[in-house]
Amino acid sequence: MSNVAALTGGFSTPATDAAAAFRGVMNAMARPGTLETLTGGSGPAPLSPAAATVLLTLADATTPVFLGAAHDTEDMRTWLAFHTGAPIAGRSGAQFALGTWGDLAPLAEFSMGTPEYPDRSVTLIVECDTLSASGSTLRGPGIESEAHLSLPETEAFQTNHARFPLGFDTFFTAGDLVAGLPRSTEVS
Amino acid sequence: MLSTLWRPALDRKTWLSVLAKADPQEVKDLWGQLDVSPEFSWLRRPEAGAVMVQGRAGGTGAAFNLGEMTVTRCTLQVAGGAVGVGYVQGRDKGHAEISALADALLQSDLMHRILSGLIEPLRRSADQRLRARASKAAATKVDFFTLVRGED
Repeated sequence: MSNVAALTGGFSTPATDAAAAFRGVMNAMARPGTLETLTGGSGPAPLSPAAATVLLTLADATTPVFLGAAHDTEDMRTWLAFHTGAPIAGRSGAQFALGTWGDLAPLAEFSMGTPEYPDRSVTLIVECDTLSASGSTLRGPGIESEAHLSLPETEAFQTNHARFPLGFDTFFTAGDLVAGLPRSTEVS
Repeated sequence: MLSTLWRPALDRKTWLSVLAKADPQEVKDLWGQLDVSPEFSWLRRPEAGAVMVQGRAGGTGAAFNLGEMTVTRCTLQVAGGAVGVGYVQGRDKGHAEISALADALLQSDLMHRILSGLIEPLRRSADQRLRARASKAAATKVDFFTLVRGED
């Protein structure tokens, strides 16, 4: 046990916390651009509470996780192994990728799924400094007319949408806020 | 007949093994007699799950799945800072909690008290169970032998 602090931060009441977190994660992805509050999980710095909660909810021993440079610390690996059991993977083998937008590039190396199994693609968890419902315009399934979200860039998401049904899905996290951006959303 | 049982040195692996396989009621009774109630915080609350037990034919063959068994686990941290883990067979959460507490305290200055009051008695009854089973099995042993035949 290298650092005991790295073992704290799991759900305190696993059944209800996990159910509430799952609902938040699901709503975020179902309604792109909506900011959901996710609490219950926390992890070693620089991991945000929202990203910690997403990982606690979705990651397990069958989902390899890629860690961006800023998040690839000994404590982070210990935390992930203790709470989720998820193996650490390189870009090509990862089902989840955690990091800042800069650390996750180049995106082309991530799995985008196959025509037979478009679900076998990566889900990005992008840690942002701030997150707000302003900036780029989002249209598509789950959005009545249009929504807005502060994206780090638009081009990568336009390329991603053009690949549909292949492509990656994205969660943006900042503090305890999370927003989803599935591949089906049109960004402008 | 088993005359002497293998007795490894008491390291963490050994006491966790003793706690994991002990009878939950016996663990609770002995723990109650010890009368220690340390402050602790949960790192992982008790949760029940299944693990696949694997075996090897003859101890050297290829691994095969023997079957699933129910395991309850938890992890906690006591006030001194020591982290204790409890992995026990069955779905008794109290058993897992006591195992984790005992594991944490066995790393502290209470070690000798826990060893003599909990681990040693549990080891003795585990030995007894093993002996009883071994003697029961030994009683059914059949020896085949051939009498000396009549020819010179």
